[in-house]
Amino acid sequence: MIERIEDRELKRQSRRQLLKLAPVAVLGVFAFPKASDWLVTKGVGFSDWAAGALFRREHLAQTYANSAVVPFEKFPYNGYDVLDPEVDLENWTLTVEGDVQHPGEYKLSQITSLPKVNQNTRHVCVEGWDVIGAFGGARISDFLTMVGANPGAKFLEVECSDDYYESIDMPSALHPQSLLCYEMYGQPLDRKHGAPLRLQMPTKLGYKQAKYLETIRVTSVLKAGKTGYWEDQGYSWFGGL
Amino acid sequence: MADGEEKKMPATPEDAKPEGPVPAVSNDQAETAPHAAVESVAMEPAPAPLLKPAAEEPAPRKSAELVRAAYEHPLLIRITHWVNAISLFVMVTSGLRIFRAFPSFGPKIPQEILIDIPKSLTLGGWLGGALQWHFTFMWFFAGSGIVYLAYQVFSGHFRTVLFTPKDIRGVWPMARHYFLFGPKPPATGQYNPLQKLAYSSTIGFGVLSLLTGIVLYKPAQFAWLAFLFGGFHLTRLWHFAAMCGFLSFIPGHLIMVVLHGWSNFMSMLSGWKREPEYQE
Repeated sequence: MIERIEDRELKRQSRRQLLKLAPVAVLGVFAFPKASDWLVTKGVGFSDWAAGALFRREHLAQTYANSAVVPFEKFPYNGYDVLDPEVDLENWTLTVEGDVQHPGEYKLSQITSLPKVNQNTRHVCVEGWDVIGAFGGARISDFLTMVGANPGAKFLEVECSDDYYESIDMPSALHPQSLLCYEMYGQPLDRKHGAPLRLQMPTKLGYKQAKYLETIRVTSVLKAGKTGYWEDQGYSWFGGL
Repeated sequence: MADGEEKKMPATPEDAKPEGPVPAVSNDQAETAPHAAVESVAMEPAPAPLLKPAAEEPAPRKSAELVRAAYEHPLLIRITHWVNAISLFVMVTSGLRIFRAFPSFGPKIPQEILIDIPKSLTLGGWLGGALQWHFTFMWFFAGSGIVYLAYQVFSGHFRTVLFTPKDIRGVWPMARHYFLFGPKPPATGQYNPLQKLAYSSTIGFGVLSLLTGIVLYKPAQFAWLAFLFGGFHLTRLWHFAAMCGFLSFIPGHLIMVVLHGWSNFMSMLSGWKREPEYQE
């Protein structure tokens, strides 16, 4: 709507309106690395909080028919330093520590004797690619019940033979599709995919699904700066899907 | 000089208030307004008064001259415009960095590199850094977009910008004017049909990028939305396409801003546009 207004008044109005916009200019402070580092750290923290609040343990990730599964040779493997940490599969045991009633060394046979879950789910990498794979294993929740984990504990920490490490929020770890995976495509896990045991969680990005598991620790306190190999360099800690 | 005496009529209620910033106003006018320029010449010591005939303006400066102006952009629109502009810049540049990590829409094995995006166009330094920017400014982007849309709908202001079927006829004459130097169609409203088309489709790209972004961020939680877009894998393509939509809009938008000059640009800062082309 057009008004006829005194030139001086127009200028005054314009200046007044311009000042109202000034707070937006404060965003310019984030052009400075120190301020932007702070901001993006807060931003990822907020996103992780929102993702955690959004997560529903009973909500299942989509599963797929066998025909939708990508051939085994086309299922990528990512290692962060070595593709084969040369785990001694014969004498391998899983160390269980922390807030559990029965800490100690667990054999693979104790894990395979738990109810087995087979699922065809989508594996999504933080890089952007995704594949549907076939996985088999025991529910993490069943294993945690077996070792007598404190149901009120908040986190699951894992350490791996290749010095990779991860930590998972307990609601995601207890999700019914979150597995201690020892099979892919009906075969024992091969060395490139984390033999003999890896995490497999269709509600998490690939980097959360640690391979070559060596130690599982139940805890309610995460060590600052030691929450995950990639997370410590800036990846989202929640890493959920 | 007593400014108050010269007022013929108060243009707005605020005119009646005691005037604080009078000196500043005079200075501003000396810089820009034509009649004030006469005054500043008159204040110079030597020959000025003779050069300017007093035909148009009598000796004492008149400040009550009326200009045509329109308050085009309410505060909320301006705030959301600039917050959105900043976040869009961050989202595109960090998004390109994220895309570099897997620059393809096909399978991982075998991977084809669709486009090799130069690092210099990207933000974040590496995938993790770019994701931090992306996951931070997505909130600003979504927030400004949602506030903008809600305001447009509830204020009725959307009628100035929404492209409707009756605008279709006006698109070609406007495009012909811009690109082929055809005659300029008369301005009928705040935005011409081509502008409405550009702005409305940009809002569409915003909605598309937000919805597809939600799918890419949480495909398991929003499986139904992923299904609507043809699954996670394909959603990545739509997300990229939405960005291409923005990239097709921004250069034209910026060129138009430059061509239309300072007063037009200032209207997105102050809200007020001086001497708009349209009537009413």
